[in-house]
Amino acid sequence: MKQFGSFVKKEFLHIFRDLRTMMLLLAMPVIQMILFGFAVTTEVKNSQVAVYDPSKSISTKKMTDRINSSKYFDVIRYLNNPTEIEHEFRKNKVGLAVVFDENFDQNLLHSGKAQVQLIADATDPNTATTLTNYAGAIIMDYQQDLMQRTKIPFQILPETKMLYNPQMKGAYNFVPGVLGLILMLICAMMTSIAIVREKEMGTMEILLVSPLKPIYIILAKMVPYFLLSCINLSTVLLLAVYVLDVPVAGSLFWLLVVSMLFIFVALSLGLLVSTVTQTQMAAMLVSGMIFMMPIMLLSGMIFPVENMPQALQWLSNIIPAKWYIIAVKNIMIKGSDVSSIYKEIMILGFMAAVILTVSLKNFKNRLE
Amino acid sequence: MIRFLLEKEFKQIIRNSFLPRMILLFPVMVLLVFPMAANFEIKNINLCIIDNDHSSYSNQLVQKIISSGYFRLTSITTDPKKALDAIEKDKSDIILEIPSNFEKNLVREQTARLLISANSVNGTKGGLGSAYLSGIITDFSSEIREKWIQPTVISGVPIMEIVNQNRFNTHLSYKIFMVPALMVMLLTMLCGFLPALNIVGEKEAGTMEQINVTPIPKFIFILSKLLPYWIIGFVVITIAFAVAYIVYGLSPAGSLGTIYVFAAIYILGVSGLGLVISNYSNTMQQAMFVMYFFMLILILMSGLFTPVQSMPEWAQLITTFNPLKYFMQVMRMVYLKGSGFSDLGTQFFALSCFALFFNLWAVLNYRKTL
Repeated sequence: MKQFGSFVKKEFLHIFRDLRTMMLLLAMPVIQMILFGFAVTTEVKNSQVAVYDPSKSISTKKMTDRINSSKYFDVIRYLNNPTEIEHEFRKNKVGLAVVFDENFDQNLLHSGKAQVQLIADATDPNTATTLTNYAGAIIMDYQQDLMQRTKIPFQILPETKMLYNPQMKGAYNFVPGVLGLILMLICAMMTSIAIVREKEMGTMEILLVSPLKPIYIILAKMVPYFLLSCINLSTVLLLAVYVLDVPVAGSLFWLLVVSMLFIFVALSLGLLVSTVTQTQMAAMLVSGMIFMMPIMLLSGMIFPVENMPQALQWLSNIIPAKWYIIAVKNIMIKGSDVSSIYKEIMILGFMAAVILTVSLKNFKNRLE
Repeated sequence: MIRFLLEKEFKQIIRNSFLPRMILLFPVMVLLVFPMAANFEIKNINLCIIDNDHSSYSNQLVQKIISSGYFRLTSITTDPKKALDAIEKDKSDIILEIPSNFEKNLVREQTARLLISANSVNGTKGGLGSAYLSGIITDFSSEIREKWIQPTVISGVPIMEIVNQNRFNTHLSYKIFMVPALMVMLLTMLCGFLPALNIVGEKEAGTMEQINVTPIPKFIFILSKLLPYWIIGFVVITIAFAVAYIVYGLSPAGSLGTIYVFAAIYILGVSGLGLVISNYSNTMQQAMFVMYFFMLILILMSGLFTPVQSMPEWAQLITTFNPLKYFMQVMRMVYLKGSGFSDLGTQFFALSCFALFFNLWAVLNYRKTL
């Protein structure tokens, strides 16, 4: 135990000696959380709109005003010619073009039928759909007002309630995801060079002749990084709650338990990388680059896992961040109790055991 | 002199057991797998229906919703608790509650109400899903109206017809939207991370001192570090074009030449950024952390996954300094809209500035003393 203690101390000294890296490790999550918490959102607002209105009538003007004054749209251009729409789209200037009929008012009053075209730049399909929905709703709204006195027969009025996130804040979705991404990558990157560095520097041999069992060497390497990660966890959580206004609706205790478990998994994964790679460069490229993409894309952080093809859904199961993000969403956002995350805790625990065993086996192999 | 330096760099890359494989396989893997994963098509929304009415209208409505193709009915129940439980467990995304007397109210009082409850932890899914559902319901009510009332009765009431049209990506395919942008991400990662580790790697290995004692000018030295990644970048992007064409049948609507020109400038920019970071770092670990830190910010704030114009004002200001954003725009504009050089003036200017800025910085900042 005493030996273990001195090993931990040695690892601590390694970290403290490189103050710059340590500061970086502590500051990085803070800045990332603030940036992403505010900036990464799929809400659509302030979209730029072009209007082609050859009729120049009162009702089209009123509709344009309504579209412009909604928080979703800014009318930035009035076109003189419908061919300009294509041009505006090509220049990436506007996301939606509203085209009114010629003689809009006359058509509306006389034949009772007038047409509004909503032409969207569908390069981004979701934004396009959202924009046409919003603009359509604003126009329908105007029509309702026109018909105020006439009661529309056979009307079904759906009333929509948004559960868990009534204000539709992007942060509710992204905070758990960013939490998973940041913790996973930073933890894995920290430990991934821990062993391979000793290999490269030649100190590995000294390590191997020490009487300490491999498991303790590995654990000793993890302890300081674990503490560092816990500091990161608390700053990031504080930011989520006090700066981004994402509440911890469920039990803080269980949120911390599952987070620490996740940190442990990520640190072990880093160590595994460290035992299989030969150079620091390879270790960091694996942990920083090759891990980054799958975690961002397959963890459900941004893209819903259930949309993916079956094979990728299976693949996503091996990504620890996926289970962590589910657990955080359940506890933190939905406020479910701990029984809702038993499965996730079990899986993360199982992953920790497997990864640690494999890296231990790899580590032993080098001893022979 | 530069020839020897380049020879050295290439030998170092090729002799490395890991790098060449990564350079060739990473793009293929990313483009094969990730467009399928980065799918935000709102389809297969899991729907749970609470039908308290069991009338012919409520049945018709349910049929209409299911046949729309957007929704997958997970359960029909009369127990609100069960429905809520399904949402809690992520088994369904939206609950549609049809109250008892739905049909009676619709026929007698001419209006009926429905309640939609959406899980909006993911705002896009909840928002778009419930918007689709409301749309189907509105359609349903006008169908009934048309069946019951002769159009002449409501003439005199002005009706506006809204026609929607989607340009450039008429089938609203998310893959087409993601593939060109993923190429940018690829290029950024390979041509950004690798140079970032390069100079600092020589520092750590001690070979830097040997170079410093030679009479190589700073500019030539940096250039020798830059050129290999430039060539690697061209290889990577060419592989990416091929994969996009073979696997997704996707070829640019605009000119491939335009893309290569922009790629050339862009690679210089990100590699320059990598070299600057490498210059400032003492260890590879530091370089890696700093690079990763910037990379994550650059990627998540580029418009790759979430639209830039949705960001708050101050965040949009930050994205002005994000080269990734501009190149991402170029790729999507040229690939999908067929934009030409004249449409891309801003992007060209911005990317040239980055390339110039970072590389000048890299040259000036490089000291021949350790």
